[in-house]
Amino acid sequence: MITIVDYGMGNLASIANMLKRIGCPSVTTADPAAIAAATRLILPGVGAFDTGMRNLRERGVVEVLEKRVRGDGVPLLGICLGMQLLAWSSEEGELPGLGWLEATAVRFRGPGIKVPHMGWNTVRPRTPGGLFEGLADPPRFYFVHAYHLRLDRPEDLLGETDHGGPFPSAVRSGNLLGVQFHPEKSHRFGMGLLRNFAGIA
Amino acid sequence: MLGMRVIPVLLLAEDGLVKTVRYKTPTYVGDPINAVRIFNEKEVDEIFVLDIRATPEGRGPDFERIRELAGECFMPLGYGGGVRTLGDIDRLIAVGVEKVAVNSRAVEEPGFMKEAADRFGSSTLVASIDVKTGFFGRTTVWSAGGKRDSKRDPAEFAKTMEGMGAGEILLNSIDRDGTFSGYDLDLIRRVADAASVPVVACGGAGSLGDLHRAIGAHASAAAAGSLFVFQGPHRAVLISYPSPNDLEAAR
Repeated sequence: MITIVDYGMGNLASIANMLKRIGCPSVTTADPAAIAAATRLILPGVGAFDTGMRNLRERGVVEVLEKRVRGDGVPLLGICLGMQLLAWSSEEGELPGLGWLEATAVRFRGPGIKVPHMGWNTVRPRTPGGLFEGLADPPRFYFVHAYHLRLDRPEDLLGETDHGGPFPSAVRSGNLLGVQFHPEKSHRFGMGLLRNFAGIA
Repeated sequence: MLGMRVIPVLLLAEDGLVKTVRYKTPTYVGDPINAVRIFNEKEVDEIFVLDIRATPEGRGPDFERIRELAGECFMPLGYGGGVRTLGDIDRLIAVGVEKVAVNSRAVEEPGFMKEAADRFGSSTLVASIDVKTGFFGRTTVWSAGGKRDSKRDPAEFAKTMEGMGAGEILLNSIDRDGTFSGYDLDLIRRVADAASVPVVACGGAGSLGDLHRAIGAHASAAAAGSLFVFQGPHRAVLISYPSPNDLEAAR
């Protein structure tokens, strides 16, 4: 069972749809009691950083998430903004992030690139297996974002993508995982990745 | 490197999917759910569904119908048609749409796009710009499904939309719609060079080579309707979508 955290940011129906398609039961909820009982969590998210942080706090789920993820070691997959919120901060907003991942989110810069980074791009997994186990090489995913993570700890890098230079498109720090792309909108690649997440210990 | 995005555009009407020529004479081409399932199997990059009857009928989006479609889309789904309020956008996102295209309301009141971008983020918000050559040969932005001439210049309007927070521009050439005569490359170049957000070119694609030509004219993505629903000289309905190899071979 995967618990999708509903904090009013973005398209949760897509994630639930894809999990259903791959035969993985899920529940979408903002109920702290349900999150306290979760064994696998997805923190989704589309939209602005500060709105995301504000919504998380307003719904009163930060504490229970922190206990479950940092205390009990339950695997959590942050998707897009949901991953960026795990960082210390973002150039997009003024509010501090959750700070569970030693990273900051910065805006794409550089001449000759379109921002937002939008469309299908490949990911270079740093090591085989894990989230990318069994996926075609190179795996392709759908991206749409104007900010990306900058990692303080290079060992947290799980996969890289190029857009005017390489940026971290997948990260992992222990039981904390994050992807900048949208697996729920990346057909067979996304299905494979979510299946792998469902099996990660 | 970003791959080249190729986007089927499906037009919704009362009975199902239709395809138009120059935004007129809609021809029935099939059931929307069925079409989306086929495009799923073909692993399309993304898909746009435009309800062309919403604005003419003075109604909003048919949320239940879109929810059904979105449930079948394992690729990004864009929706346009009758989007006039922040509430519409909110509900569209809730039923499973990633990108919301705004056309008439954005032409009438560009400030609406700013409100929408501030609330939902730029990456959700697409400015759909319909362009037509008028009686005196001037190419301008039209609204209300090609019925009303705003007299605005397409490149300037694209800049305005970008300034308001639109994250993408869906640039439709009404003159080329359904004609298979190729994209309006001058228009694409003019708008794409003026805007720094991605421009999706639509209207006129007649071959896979045309898709490359749109990208060559600086579009970030190539969209098409007829090319992906009709086949052969008699325009038999047959849904198709190029594989990466087909696309490469047409370069």
